[in-house]
Amino acid sequence: MKKIEAIIRTSKFEEVREALGQAGIDFFTYVDVTGIGNEIHKGELSYRGTVYDTSYISRQLLTIVVRDINVQKTVDAVLKAAKTGEIGDGKIFVSTIDDSYRIRNGESGDTSLYNKEA
Amino acid sequence: MAKVVTLHYITKKRNIVTQFKIGEKYMKKYILLFLLIFVTASTTSYIYAEKPLDPSGATTGTISDVAAAKPGQPTLEEIGTQAGHNKVAINMVWVLVAGFLVMFMQVGFAMVEGGLTRAKNIAHTMAMNFMIYPLGMIGFFICGFAIMFGGVGTLGTLGGADALNQEFTINLFGHAFGLIGTKGFFLNGMYDTGILTLFLFQMVFMDTTATIPTGSMAERWKYIAFVIYGLAVGTIIYPVFGNWVWGGGWLSQLGNMFSLGHGVVDFAGSSVVHLTGGVLAFIGAKMIGPRLGKYNKNGSANAIPGHNLPFAVLGTFVLAFGWFGFNAGSTLAAGDFRMAVVAVNTMLASATGAMAATAYMWLFKTKKPDVSMMCNGMLAGLVAITAPCAFVTPQMAAVIGIIAGIIVIEAAFFIENKLKVDDPVGAVAVHGVNGAFGVIAVGLFADGSYGDGLNGIKGGVTGLFYGDASQLWAQLIGVGANIIYVGLIGFIVFKLIDITVGNRVPAEDELAGLDIPEMGALGYSGIKMDKNAETPLSR
Repeated sequence: MKKIEAIIRTSKFEEVREALGQAGIDFFTYVDVTGIGNEIHKGELSYRGTVYDTSYISRQLLTIVVRDINVQKTVDAVLKAAKTGEIGDGKIFVSTIDDSYRIRNGESGDTSLYNKEA
Repeated sequence: MAKVVTLHYITKKRNIVTQFKIGEKYMKKYILLFLLIFVTASTTSYIYAEKPLDPSGATTGTISDVAAAKPGQPTLEEIGTQAGHNKVAINMVWVLVAGFLVMFMQVGFAMVEGGLTRAKNIAHTMAMNFMIYPLGMIGFFICGFAIMFGGVGTLGTLGGADALNQEFTINLFGHAFGLIGTKGFFLNGMYDTGILTLFLFQMVFMDTTATIPTGSMAERWKYIAFVIYGLAVGTIIYPVFGNWVWGGGWLSQLGNMFSLGHGVVDFAGSSVVHLTGGVLAFIGAKMIGPRLGKYNKNGSANAIPGHNLPFAVLGTFVLAFGWFGFNAGSTLAAGDFRMAVVAVNTMLASATGAMAATAYMWLFKTKKPDVSMMCNGMLAGLVAITAPCAFVTPQMAAVIGIIAGIIVIEAAFFIENKLKVDDPVGAVAVHGVNGAFGVIAVGLFADGSYGDGLNGIKGGVTGLFYGDASQLWAQLIGVGANIIYVGLIGFIVFKLIDITVGNRVPAEDELAGLDIPEMGALGYSGIKMDKNAETPLSR
């Protein structure tokens, strides 16, 4: 069981979701995040004549927990769908998860990650 | 550390309490003093007043108020002068106040268009709605007013100024076709109260037209392209057609020349203002193309939700309020009591339009009383009643509103799903389609009780259902002329802009939101936007 955390461009979210859906991953959470990085800001901000730059970069963080057999195709899906080729496309982190539980019926382990009924 | 902070806090609090007690000590004296001053002032002014006070108003405004050489004993001429002065004064106040109301409609447009578009573009959308007011006004000042009203003739209700008397005409079929006025550029030679009243009133009407396409082309229009458009609409596009209907041009003379009813009758501007704006909105939106993500590869449409429905609802109310100035003010005379009928018709059509649109969505479409569609329904009713408001009965006004409320939804669906033209706020369905319907409604529903002498024709304006088919023909010619002329010149203007500076922003700017790349400032700085601000995926 692995946790895949992917920081992606907000504008790429829909494409990544689509790609994950096609790879069979239909359960994940995401959150809007702000970060600092190497991206060069294209548009300068100005307020009443004073130019400023917050240098904050807005991204989305997807947290996807999958069974070991699905790790590679999940990573591949994100790599492919989130890419523009410019600096600032984001990063993917993979880490190990000890256990998981489904709250509804208390089942644990790999089976709690996918829906048998569906 | 924590202890110190608490102590400090308590000391502070104690100080405030003490201060308050000191103030309380003198409070009674202050109150007594003020009371004394108040009583003294009111009694003394009562004693020294020369004219008896008139709380009911019954004796205010008497013969002694008539300007006369001998106060209280005016001659007949002096009375006549005063009466004429008062007549024009009442008219002028009404037209000016109505103009101020119409100016306030700019707020409504800004709110509706801002509310129905995405948060990431809000500074850009609002800046367009803001700048169209000065841009259009300058265009109208430079030559728009001269082209539109240069040949309108004597201003009967506003003091009879006759300086606007040059119409450029061409002769066809043995008749003189008035095309444009040619007097009053930069308001030269128009230094007259009546004419300037007309200028103010007509300027705000022009700005209503000008701000309509900013809705249909929102979220992807280059600001510099918009600026050029704003000048073009105020200088040429709007005034030429306005001249044909309101400035004494050929459409208004169809009755005289070819016995078609009263010529094209458009009381407050369903065609001149709204159809013009709607056609421009359509041409612009068609040329600039749909927003990224609006349409899927198979042609089905994605929803791009507006970011602030409360804005849209409030804006609709502001527009409905301003519309009383728009329609009732178009009598150009407060002495014309028909304005009561106009105002009632206006509010009835707005109500039935909103109700019809709500019911139609609720019963037949999404099974929900759609909020943005109920706003569009009210506006549709208002647009449709704008031309016929002075010529129909209140019952027929209600019917016109119902029809408009249904038309607007069918039109919006048709434009989005069949024509594939992306109109974020429904400007084409509201102003274009219902503008055309409103003009035609005059030819159908006018009951003949009003409009004697309009465009030089005797008798009231009468529609098909009340026995005059020729009026309907005039109205249809008016709609056709508008679509052909505005469509053509709109196409030319937008095409020229496209070739020179380009209409559309780059795709990456559109994805990021226009606020930063176009305006350099975030509309909602410090507020985080969620996924709804993003562009949907074209599947």
